[in-house]
Amino acid sequence: MSVIVKEAGKAISRADERAPISSLAKANLRKIFPDHWSFMLGEIALYSFIILLLTGVYLTIWFKPSMNEVIYHGSYAPLEGIPMSQAYASALNISFDVRGGLLIRQIHHWAALFFMAAMIVHMFRIFFTGAFRKPREFNWVIGGSMVMIGLLEGFAGYSLPDDLLSGVGVRIVAGIIESVPVVGTYLMFFIFGGQYPGSDFIPRLYMVHILLMPAILLALVGLHLVLIFYHKHTQYPGAGRTNTNVVGYPLFPVYTAKAGGFFFVVFGIAGLMGGLVTINPIWAYGPYVPDQVTAGSQPDWYIGFLDGLLRAVPSGLETYWFGHTWSWNVFIPALVVPGILFTLLLGYPFLEAWVTGDTGEHHLLDRPRNNPTRTAIGVMAITFYGVLILNGANDIIAQAFSVSFNSVTWFTRVAIFVLPPLAFIATRRFCLGLQRRDRELLLHGRESGQILRLPHGEFIEVHTPISDVEKAKILGKVEYPVLEAPAETDENGVATPGLKGKKRRARWSRAYFGDSVAKPTPEEIAEAEHHMHELHDHEVHELEESGKSLPAHMD
Amino acid sequence: MSDHGTDLATTEHGDEPQFPLPPHHARLSDTDPRAAKAAEMQVAIMFGLSAVLTIAFVVVYFAFPTNHFLDLGPFGVVQTSNFLLGITFGLAVLLIGLGAIQWAKKLMADEEIIDERHPVGSPQADQDAAAALFQQGVDESGFVERKIVRRTLIGALALFPIPLVVLLKDMGPMPGDSLDHTIWHKGSRIVVDVTGKPIKPEDLDIGTLVAASPEDLDKVQEVEGNQNARAKASIILVRMRPDEIKSQQGENWDYEGILAFSKICTHVGCPIALYQQRTHALLCPCHQSTFDLSDSGKVVFGPAAREMPQLPITVDSDGYLVAQSDFQQPVGPSFWERS
Repeated sequence: MSVIVKEAGKAISRADERAPISSLAKANLRKIFPDHWSFMLGEIALYSFIILLLTGVYLTIWFKPSMNEVIYHGSYAPLEGIPMSQAYASALNISFDVRGGLLIRQIHHWAALFFMAAMIVHMFRIFFTGAFRKPREFNWVIGGSMVMIGLLEGFAGYSLPDDLLSGVGVRIVAGIIESVPVVGTYLMFFIFGGQYPGSDFIPRLYMVHILLMPAILLALVGLHLVLIFYHKHTQYPGAGRTNTNVVGYPLFPVYTAKAGGFFFVVFGIAGLMGGLVTINPIWAYGPYVPDQVTAGSQPDWYIGFLDGLLRAVPSGLETYWFGHTWSWNVFIPALVVPGILFTLLLGYPFLEAWVTGDTGEHHLLDRPRNNPTRTAIGVMAITFYGVLILNGANDIIAQAFSVSFNSVTWFTRVAIFVLPPLAFIATRRFCLGLQRRDRELLLHGRESGQILRLPHGEFIEVHTPISDVEKAKILGKVEYPVLEAPAETDENGVATPGLKGKKRRARWSRAYFGDSVAKPTPEEIAEAEHHMHELHDHEVHELEESGKSLPAHMD
Repeated sequence: MSDHGTDLATTEHGDEPQFPLPPHHARLSDTDPRAAKAAEMQVAIMFGLSAVLTIAFVVVYFAFPTNHFLDLGPFGVVQTSNFLLGITFGLAVLLIGLGAIQWAKKLMADEEIIDERHPVGSPQADQDAAAALFQQGVDESGFVERKIVRRTLIGALALFPIPLVVLLKDMGPMPGDSLDHTIWHKGSRIVVDVTGKPIKPEDLDIGTLVAASPEDLDKVQEVEGNQNARAKASIILVRMRPDEIKSQQGENWDYEGILAFSKICTHVGCPIALYQQRTHALLCPCHQSTFDLSDSGKVVFGPAAREMPQLPITVDSDGYLVAQSDFQQPVGPSFWERS
């Protein structure tokens, strides 16, 4: 036994007398995790979060969350002598006078962008593979909540430096809060400590950004990981994989090295980007003054879809009822629609479970094609999001392509209703086509490109059977039966309880799975295999007999 | 289909998979000791290089002050310290990660292992036992029989959050009518925003747009200690030929073709700065609301719902532009109490 292991053993046994380290290690050191590149997306989010916590602590050492006015006398000459808030001055100080301060600030900002991007792409992966199904619905809700909180946390973070760009963002948020019916004005006055901008907002936002939301996020991250650990990771269908096993590599040493190493990879890339790629150059925007603005102001990308929604609203959507102003033009796009979107997002696993009537545990993932309706819903949502995020840059697009922003906005107003349904239909057809191809592959094998001429003159193409690994992948599909509505009354003439709900469920079920391509039955496969072999033997036999016609290769 | 739904799990616990796990393929580093040695060296070089870069990071930290700059030609001028700290730190950290991953991929055992899953829920026996223990606790506490205790407890707990909410009351003052007014008043001189100079009509050419504010703005800000007054009182002055003005929000609110409008967008409050002289269109850079200043400042495009409030102006006895009064409607975004 090497010295390292011996010394570690001694340390562990000392610790073990105080806490059951060995039992924990025994249960978990060789815990198996399946391997797939798409399982790495959540890791990026997790590691970005850790980087955010680390770099965030550094930033708090120098940042001063105060809106008191000071005159700038730092190293950045262009702003010398300019009045600005202490928050902005200290952010400049971090960027220009603290060694490595700019690096940490930029790593922090890049990591925030990674965090949001990784969470959202990770969410796509979970959605399209059905990983949210029982028993993981709750973890989906936790994850979706983290996306929501991450969005607010990111906004809070980039608003803190109190530069001209972010200050305009805060102004917009104040306007959005004011649009809330009945309580909006009060909310705004309470949050800002009076009229906009007041002098309380940055200190309060600082508390939210460095204490309240990170604490909530940390708790959710912990819960998310505990549940992943407890449920064990899902895996893709394939040879050797069943719904009741997990195939992969052990936590120690393989994932300790790979996942642990990957943390350093993410941190290293964030570090390189922090050093080499400028992000949020607050010095270029200048200090926030409430009556100034920069042209082409854009929020960070993850807020873009909300801004795009706000921009797409046509004029005149405001009413005066009962002596009050109802700002539908702001309230609906900024608060109602996002509220509906996130409710649908968090609720989706429960909707799908209701449609399928399925109560089983799912540890084998769906290939996206095998649940065409779900995949189509996902692509529809992404299309909707994509149109909005583009409209969030309608002025930039207009300028870059020399069209009027009016046309870009009008395109959005139409596309937002037209493109998502088209994406839904196209995706669904595409998935069903892939299912048919899978069925074809199973039953008839793969086209080999070899054309064979039989002695009686017939041309056939030789098909080669697919491997067991491929078969396992295709046959791993879970088939959801279309639910039928029960009869109106039972045999005794008693009305079926809950008939309406069951009928509705049957309709949804038909819409979801009505035209799914059936997986071949074992008999069909056996017959097809028999047929393929027979044909193959026949061809070989004929070839040997004639000795003339050789297979011609075709591409 | 029963009400309890169905279990569509493809296999029962303990079932054999239909297709076995494919056999393990040995890597080159498994079979060729030279390849294994090469992989080992690659990993060691990465770790070693990382250590060197970490030391380089410390050297850079002390060697370059933050006011030292480096000209990178087409990439522009960069802060040397940040540039080199980022490279050394980033690569040092990255190489640890790449080394560890290379180690895992080339040298650690890569045979897939099969682990059994266990049903996620608790076994029935545990569920029953837990239910029994809970029942025992309920019985021992008397939570069910002692109704008065239970109900008063629920009542007390229901009220308990109230102080937590009440304590938030002092987060801000009541709005009152503060959003209805700005510091403009009859006779306030209009000054150029940057220089603070009062403006005479002849200073403004046709087609110009000037950002302006009330003369006493700085004084008010000094007293209030914040920028609230500025956030509402900022205006823009435009001058057009009197015959180009199609309509105004009030009779004779202009002065010889000089019009004053609020600078704060009626959508969500961005300051507006983009003016197209030919169409008299004022464009908000945030959400592209467009207002026609020659036609009462009404909305011609974009999400805003209301016209841009106009400030009635005239000249005082010294010939300087002044306000006739405060705005006749609240400026900025809509709010509930706005009538």
